[in-house]
Amino acid sequence: MIQTENLSKQFNDFLAVDRVNLQVSPGEVLALLGPNGAGKTTTLRMLTSVLRPSMGWARVAGFDVVSQPAQVRAAVGILTEQHGLYGRMNADEYLDFFGQVYRMNTVNRRKRSEELLEQYGLAADRKRKIGEYSKGMRQKLALARALIHDPPVLLMDEPTSAMDPESARLVRDAIHGLRGANRTIIICTHNLAEAEELADKIAIIHRGQIIISGEVEALKTRLLGSTQFELRLGTNIDSMNINFPASITITGQGSDWLQYQTADPSNANPLVIQTMVTHNIPVLGLSEVPRSLENVYLQAINAVDAENHSLERPVQVLPGGSQYAG
Amino acid sequence: MLDEVRQALIITRREIRDQLRDWRIVLPIVILTVFFPFLANFTTRQMLGFVGKYGANLLADRFIPFLLMIVGFFPISISLVIALESFSGETERRSIEPLLSSPLTDGQLYLGKLLASLITPLTASYLGMTVYIFAIYRSSSWRAEPMFLLLVAMLTTVQALVMVSGAVVISTQTTSVRAANLLASFIIIPVSLMIQAESVMMLWADYRVLWWAVMAQVVLAGLLVRMGIAHLNREELLGHELDTLNLPWMWKVFRSQLTGGAHSLADWYLREIPRTLRRMVIPIAWMALLLGAATYIGFAQVKNIGISPSILGLDRLKLIDTQILTQFRQLGFFSTSNVVTIWWHNLRAVGIAVIVGIFTLGVAGVLILMLPMVIIGFVSQAASLTGLNLLTVLAAFTMPHGILEIPAIILSGAAILQVGATLVTPRSRQSISEGLVSSIADWVKITLALVLPLFLGSAILEVFISPQLLVKLLGGG
Repeated sequence: MIQTENLSKQFNDFLAVDRVNLQVSPGEVLALLGPNGAGKTTTLRMLTSVLRPSMGWARVAGFDVVSQPAQVRAAVGILTEQHGLYGRMNADEYLDFFGQVYRMNTVNRRKRSEELLEQYGLAADRKRKIGEYSKGMRQKLALARALIHDPPVLLMDEPTSAMDPESARLVRDAIHGLRGANRTIIICTHNLAEAEELADKIAIIHRGQIIISGEVEALKTRLLGSTQFELRLGTNIDSMNINFPASITITGQGSDWLQYQTADPSNANPLVIQTMVTHNIPVLGLSEVPRSLENVYLQAINAVDAENHSLERPVQVLPGGSQYAG
Repeated sequence: MLDEVRQALIITRREIRDQLRDWRIVLPIVILTVFFPFLANFTTRQMLGFVGKYGANLLADRFIPFLLMIVGFFPISISLVIALESFSGETERRSIEPLLSSPLTDGQLYLGKLLASLITPLTASYLGMTVYIFAIYRSSSWRAEPMFLLLVAMLTTVQALVMVSGAVVISTQTTSVRAANLLASFIIIPVSLMIQAESVMMLWADYRVLWWAVMAQVVLAGLLVRMGIAHLNREELLGHELDTLNLPWMWKVFRSQLTGGAHSLADWYLREIPRTLRRMVIPIAWMALLLGAATYIGFAQVKNIGISPSILGLDRLKLIDTQILTQFRQLGFFSTSNVVTIWWHNLRAVGIAVIVGIFTLGVAGVLILMLPMVIIGFVSQAASLTGLNLLTVLAAFTMPHGILEIPAIILSGAAILQVGATLVTPRSRQSISEGLVSSIADWVKITLALVLPLFLGSAILEVFISPQLLVKLLGGG
């Protein structure tokens, strides 16, 4: 489990991370999103006890990041944005080295290396120099390194950034598997589709502050409004006077289609269909309009920028536990 | 402790394996280990033949050990390159972060890198020396004394340790190999001077001095190792702004430490200066002790050297009378300009001491300030051999201006010691540059508030009162 309260980091005059509050439970994946320089990497570095917080506290796997750094580092597996592998070593030697660093015995090191190399499709290249690896292979090896000691907490910075679609799928499946194995996971990514697929919770960080956080669907509702549906009709409804149920709001209309929003789709949708049937309008289809995380992200960032958000502004706790600055 | 070493050795093994796969390291080591000893052996044989013709066998006797030292030194020069790259190279290649995020402690990381930088070049060095010794034995039957061999092995080892520990300090404070190489001059220049001095001693066959050189380098390496561990900061290793000279930030740190948040000059004198002095109690005590020790060394050297007071003209001290004051007056000694000259001279001396102190962890700076006390002790003791009372002579040379001047020297020396201590002692939440700027600000603070006025007062006393007292104490009054 990862828990932070008012976690802050100041470099000389620059406030890189400002009062960040996070809570990630075992079996949960949090996606930390934000523009470049927002404070994602600094936050991860504080959570691995590499950077000392200037203010606030954080506990990782039950250990305090300031007073128990060795225990924190032993409990965390980190995939850094820059993999920084040793080019003159091969994959076997590399994983064995980190296995030793994490105090694993020889048998466990070998067994675990074997498993990971097999899982990430690197077994055939295990004796090749890492310097000869492709970007994707390096990324997979770096991920294997992060997992070598089977840590309860995983922090991943751009886990699939350099990978081809097949490898990226492999890694995403692995993350799903780790979540299933009750690991606590934070991923930092610019790939919003990936975040949406993998994460149980999202936190958007901007200029060091968490500007909004919560479950993906809740955030969509909060920022983009209620769920939106599109009705495809078999006749022209331009000249018709239709009385729609009060529980929906029409957001768009054409001659043979209409879009509406509703906070209560399970009750509202049958009423809409019933209304159409009453007016003898054939319904060709009813579907939910997809609302991407990208829209949520842009909406949040733009809203904060538009409000001329300043770092001194206190973080307000919004109803439902989400936070919003400004 | 054993566990600490075991974990460090994981790093060491990896790095050595890496070095042995890098032809840029292996090739020079092989050449220096195998080729150079044979070249040195060839040179020695030519030299023996040449000097033998003219009966100058002494030259050959001195040249063989000298070349042994050089054969040993060449491979360890590689250690500098390896050590400079140890942290900065990993920082540059971004491979440092996984290591810093691992449970390895700072000490384990440091020790692992230190050993990795030492083992390969030192092994090559010992091998090179062995090759040279065997070759020279076969060609000229030259045999080294075991103690001499131990001396050369020790010299080689401590030189490598000094270079590596210094280079690792540089490496931890830079974020690129380029920056580390640029700063390597701070090691190359002193080490090359040291090697030259050792070479002279080797040719002179004064091996006792070389043992002292070994001892001095052990102390220096100890300080550098402590400094390296103290300032191995995970946070700074990941910082990317380190190689940038941030003058506004430095000025901010300096000003904040200098003023200590004082609202007025009175507040500064009454609150900040006492607070700074309290912080400097230990270096002040050390400096007072060191000045006492310097005076004693001066006393002791008279016996060691066995000097006669007449050589220094000290027998004429008894002849001092009021005539000398007239002569002083005629020479214009009792003048305000002389006060300024003495004041400026003292300030210049402490200025040089602090500059030298910054680059030598405070050691050379303090030695400069100790030197006058050694001279005073020496001259006073030598003068006492003429029948004068030692304390009277001491008082004649140092009073009453010493009442102000000695505390000024103690304060200045203490501030310099503090600069050195800052470099070798960890300060939580303070980087090496912040610590250095803060300790220099403390020195400036003490100098402005106390040393300058004390030196001014002492210069006034030295010009207008001390000569009178000198005549009173030594002459007829």
